[in-house]
This record gives sequence, structure tokens and C-alpha cells, in this order.
Amino acid sequence: MDELRDLYQEMLLDHHRHPRNYGKLDGANRRAQGYNPLCGDKVTIYLLLSGDVIENIAFEGSGCAICTASCSVMTELLKGKTLGDAEKLFGVFHDLVTSDTASEVDADTLGKLAIFAGVREFPMRIKCATLAWHTMRAALTQADQTVTTE
Amino acid sequence: MNPRKNRAPHTPRGTSGGAASAAYDVTRIRRDFPILHQEIHGKPLVYLDNAATTQKPQAVIDALTRYYSLDNSNVHRGVHTLSMRATQAYEAARQKVASFINAADPAEIVFVRGSTEGINLVACSYTRCCIREGDEVLITAMEHHSNIVPWQILCEERGARLRVAPMNLEGELLLDEFEKLLTPKTRLVAVVYVSNSLGTVNPVGEIVALAHAKGIPVLIDGAQATPHMAVDVQALDCDFFVFSGHKMYGPTGIGVVYGRRALLEKMPPYQGGGDMIASVTFEKTTYNTLPYKFEAGTPHVAGVIGLGAAIDYIQSIGLPRIATHERGLVAYATQELTSLPGVRLIGTAKEKASVVSFVLEGVHPHDVGTILDREGIAVRTGHHCTQPVMDFFGVPATSRASFGLYNTRAEIDALVAAIARVKEVFQ
Repeated sequence: MDELRDLYQEMLLDHHRHPRNYGKLDGANRRAQGYNPLCGDKVTIYLLLSGDVIENIAFEGSGCAICTASCSVMTELLKGKTLGDAEKLFGVFHDLVTSDTASEVDADTLGKLAIFAGVREFPMRIKCATLAWHTMRAALTQADQTVTTE
Repeated sequence: MNPRKNRAPHTPRGTSGGAASAAYDVTRIRRDFPILHQEIHGKPLVYLDNAATTQKPQAVIDALTRYYSLDNSNVHRGVHTLSMRATQAYEAARQKVASFINAADPAEIVFVRGSTEGINLVACSYTRCCIREGDEVLITAMEHHSNIVPWQILCEERGARLRVAPMNLEGELLLDEFEKLLTPKTRLVAVVYVSNSLGTVNPVGEIVALAHAKGIPVLIDGAQATPHMAVDVQALDCDFFVFSGHKMYGPTGIGVVYGRRALLEKMPPYQGGGDMIASVTFEKTTYNTLPYKFEAGTPHVAGVIGLGAAIDYIQSIGLPRIATHERGLVAYATQELTSLPGVRLIGTAKEKASVVSFVLEGVHPHDVGTILDREGIAVRTGHHCTQPVMDFFGVPATSRASFGLYNTRAEIDALVAAIARVKEVFQ
């Protein structure tokens, strides 16, 4: 049962119930849709990119708690960050949820992402957590593309 | 492992009259399924994903082991003993399948990989002989993707039109609307017998009668029917009936197309290769007779033999008794789940079999599935390959509990308790 509690932490559930930066982003100049055919998670990530800075970011769609919370936390973290920062956080997050060994990244770098550490124990759910980030990356690189987790 | 030393399979209970009246001994039946006796995350496995695939009784596992240990050979034309044994076992299983669905002639039984391939066979082959530009194929709103996509592909290829008969909010086909869609252009009706995501049992007898009144042949997707109810293709009067072995306690990778002889004769081969020919020169090939015309290449011999063993197993218990047991489970699960606040059932048709789909308010089915798994409970969460059905009910996905002949009320109690646990986590 502890693994379940680790997965569905209070803060994760809070982001699921009250997702931040939810909705269409007016004036967005980058957008991508993400789709997880396994469970039907569908998200759209909107970005307002100014030079190499993410001025604003939002998402909408429907997904499970992990997917929604992941979108929510990601949008909080990336607002105001540079493309380089975003790429670095992508790597940190990816390692956090997929690597077999506990992340060596320190707690400061992880920040809020730490709430997703429990996902690692649920291999079937990793894609729920990573959909947000893959979609964000697609939005940055290839505008208007649908990425799927398959 | 010595296959001959294994426990005897579930034995028939005397005459049919005696069997019908004997109590349904689910404890004893469960002993026939080795996989059920294990723990998942420290809890007893509660397997409620039977609409996806069923577990295999020891008798089926033994039949496969025995075949590969003693009789394995390629079928047809071999003169040696093993080939003769394999061929006899293969053709005996065809007879068994024919009598299982009461086909008039074993030559009307074609082995394929599963229901999906069966529908593709009919879609490809029947279309080539009998569907032209401007013609229509009629399906229903509750079809599995495998009874939608092959027709979409073929309709696009032939310039034909795919039409869809609607259902109501209970998940029942609107028969009046269905009838209106039977037009002079309709060349084929393809309809699911039991919906895999809703559990609805369609009135296929009436559907066939309506279509036949206008001279239109009917294909029935019976993948979710054969494990749960006795099927008589002659009584149904359908023209094609497809089903899968693995959904009825048999192996994966084996399925059946029943086709009315007159239609199968008229249809061109589905695939070319060995076994489906009578003679080949580089100028001309003469096709083999039915059913071999449709069985190109070395077939899944072990799968066919395993399917035969599964049919024996099912018949040793009796489909009417299985149906009664499962009806009880569906009724109990429906009653227990509807009494839980926040649970909404998707699919509330009057006639249902085996399936209870539901959504839990505020919790995505995928999260439900993960938490249930930690309680040892296997349910399927997702769109169940019926995305149009999900769209119709306005849900991205559902959680689906689906029952088999070995499930118990206690397992439904475990499901209900685990749903309470889901709510606790998400409170």
C-alpha cells in the first residue's frame, strides 16, 4: 500500500484536482497534441515562445491523475524558463520516472518533480507521466504535431 | 513435466438432464485453472478481464503439450504416421467446432488467427466478389474497431459507403433505425453479437430476419458470445459467424470463420499459398475445395487442437449452466456497483452478458485500474477498442469487469471493496 501512497501523493492529487495553467493559451505560437492510446489521455500543450524564453505555457485535455498532475507541474516549472532549462528538466524528469536506480539528482534540482518519483514503481504508468513532457518538446520542435506514447 | 501425469480435466457430470440439475461447483471448476491460484501484490488474484482473454484450463494446456510432445507434424498430404495423427486431430477439431456452433457442414468452418482476421477475411474476399461502387455496408454504433476498420478500408477501396445503425443511452441497438438503414444498396450487414465494452446482447435473430427479408447477408462478430451462450448458426440463419479461441478458454492465435457454403463457394481466396490450391502452374492455379481454399499456409495446428479441447471443456460443464452462473454474476455486480455512490455504469441494456463497464466520478479509469491491481484485481481500463462507443457516452475510457465461468460472488465483493479503496486514495 505504501507504493500506492507514494504514487498518489497529496500534492499530486492536488494538481489533479486543481490543475494549474489549464485552458487554451491566447496568443500561443507553439502548440502540440499528445495522445496516449493505451488509456485515452489526450492533452494539448500551448506555448508562447519569445526568443528562447518560454513566456507562457498552458495545457488542456483529459487524462488520468498522473497525466494531469504532470502537465500541471510542468507548466508551473517551465514558465519563464529558457529552452536550455526546459531540455535539462526534460532529462531530469525522464530519468526520475524511468531509471531503475534512485535519481542522483539532488532535491533542489528536482523541486516539485519529486512528487513523481513513485511512478517508477508502476511501469504501466510511466507514459502517463511523460506524455506532458514529450508533447511540450514536440511543441517546441515541430509545431502542430500530434505525439503519441506508442 | 509429464503431460500424462497431470490431474484429469474437469469431467462431465453424467447425462445432460443430470448435469443441468447439478449444483454449479465453482470451487471445483477453479481447480481446473492453474493460473488462478496465485497472489498479485500479496493478494489473491481476482481475474475479471475475461472479455480481453480468458484463462486456460489444464485440459487445454495438456492438449497443447501432448500435441507438441507426441504428435507434432505438418498437416495434410504427409504419408507418415505423425502427419496422419496431426491431420486427424486437426480435422477432428474442425468437426468439433462445426457441431459446437451447429454448422451444417465442417467444410463451412475456416480456421484463422482470430475474430479480427475472420472479419478481414470476409471483408477482403466477399467485397471482391460482391461489393461495388455505391454499395453500402451496415454496421452498428457499438462495434469493436475490428468490425469497423476492415469495412472502412474496403469501402474506401471500392467506393462503397459504410453506414452505422445507432443505439440508445442504455447501449441497445435501435432496431427501427437499423431497419431504415437497410436500403436497396446494402450488400452486407456486420454486427456484434455481444458488445465487448457494454455487454449488450444484440437481437441477432431479428437482425438476420430483417436483413434477409431484403436479401442482405449478415456477418455476426461472435467473439464475446461463444464463451457465454450456446450458438446455433443454422437457427440464427446468419451467413457468416466469426469467433476467437482465446476468449473461450482456448489458445491465442486461433479463430474461426463460419460461412454459408454457397457464399464461401462464390468468394475468391483470401490469401494465396500452400494448402489452398488444387494445382499450380505458372499459367493458372486451380483452387482447393472448401474450407482449404481459405486456409493458405501451414495452419496453427496446435491452436486448433487446443480450441477443440476448450470446446470439450466448455461442454463438460454446459453452456446453459455457464450462462446461468454468469447471469447471476452480472446481476450481482450490477446491483453492488450501482449501490456505490459516484459509480456510473456504462451499458445498461436489458439483455447483457458478462460485462460490467463503469466510471468512478472524479477518478480516471487508468487510476482505478492501477489501484485495483494493487488489490490483486485485474480489470481492463481504457477504450476497449471501441472509441466511438466512448465518444457516444462522453467518457474517455471506462473500467470494465468481465466475468468467466470460474468467477465468484466473493470476487465481486473484492472488487467492490477495492473500489472503496480507490475512493479512499482519491478523497
